[in-house]
Amino acid sequence: MAALKDIKRQIAAVGKTKQITKAMNMVAASKFRMAQMRMENFRPYAGKFMEVLNSLALRVDASSHPLLAVRPPKKLRVICMTSDRGLCGGFNTNLIKATERFIKEKETEGKEVTLVPVGRKGRDFFRKKARIMNERIDVFKKFDMTLAVDISNDIIPSFVREEYDELYLVYNEYRNVSVQRPAVVRLFPLPAIGQEEATDPEKRIDYIYEPSDEVLLDRILPMYVRVLIYRALLETYAGENGARMAAMDNATRNCDELIGSLTLQFNKARQAAITAELMDIVGGTEALAKG
Amino acid sequence: MADELLLEIVTPEKMAFSGKVEEVTVPGSEGEFGVLRGHASLLSSIQIGELSYTKDNKKVAYAVDTGYAEVLASKVTILVEGAERSDMIDRDQARKDKEEAEARLAKMAKDDVDYERVRAAATKAETRLKVAERG
Repeated sequence: MAALKDIKRQIAAVGKTKQITKAMNMVAASKFRMAQMRMENFRPYAGKFMEVLNSLALRVDASSHPLLAVRPPKKLRVICMTSDRGLCGGFNTNLIKATERFIKEKETEGKEVTLVPVGRKGRDFFRKKARIMNERIDVFKKFDMTLAVDISNDIIPSFVREEYDELYLVYNEYRNVSVQRPAVVRLFPLPAIGQEEATDPEKRIDYIYEPSDEVLLDRILPMYVRVLIYRALLETYAGENGARMAAMDNATRNCDELIGSLTLQFNKARQAAITAELMDIVGGTEALAKG
Repeated sequence: MADELLLEIVTPEKMAFSGKVEEVTVPGSEGEFGVLRGHASLLSSIQIGELSYTKDNKKVAYAVDTGYAEVLASKVTILVEGAERSDMIDRDQARKDKEEAEARLAKMAKDDVDYERVRAAATKAETRLKVAERG
């Protein structure tokens, strides 16, 4: 009889786990929808921004700008953008692995690498394994452009002061709900902008620039960095919740399967118990009849 | 209707405003300037300050962050990293932010790496407070 009770308890326990995973799935789904909306809302800003940036880059030779300065890369910085929380499948693991590989590769080339973790998971992993600075953790719960501003304030002045020579951003590129892929993007020196892109001369407008176009470009480039960072933040946030949705969906399905097989076991055990009891009775009556 | 101007205020978070207005006043980095329909094409950077537009003789003010403005003959696009309408601003929060930033600023040396950053925060909070008071 004890076995029966045990199985019943197990079924109840798995049922509770299922409730939790289902709830987490729904929470992640709603957060994901919000993240998607934010990405949607960001698009006009980013689009317009690039338009103006390109039109400026066409007029001004930006190659002398400090953010575009190419130096022999000796000291590197890597931003590793993970989520703050786990339970989202391979989302962070894959990214951390990619970061680790990238760092190792650069270190074997004899370069000095410093890590800038954004998100708790990456910080926790690299805490003892890499040189860390300017960490930003527990930021994804509620973030907006000011976070991107803060991060850019950490990285821009120190690049201009030549404290490091190259900056890479490793983050999960968002493809769709269930597909995120780790991507390595070089932020500094900024790749040349807009030069290869020939804009339609009809569309080109000769603006009055205030202040002059050079100064304007100088002010806009840091904003461009923020646009890139902010986009990566949004993609990480959306990807995290998309990955969690998928992971929790899987977990819920596994719970269903487990409950199914446990119920089968339970029924079998119950049937066996009934059969055994019947055998006892039959055996008993037969013994009495014989006697 | 001929004097109307299409104004769009775009932030990374959302389209803060989009609609026809009569006049826009922009806090340009080289000084405040007003825009009416038919203005020459202009690209100007924006500093933290008060942006306002007039519609049906009513003035609406926004506290804006840094960014820039693209002015065309019949359309003004404002690209800023943040924009808040005067009646949406949390005054208590703004006042607190201002005091905090000023207190930090008082303790800092001018050549501190964070000096500019904190000063910007102070200016921002001050502007928000000023704009909120107006609305």
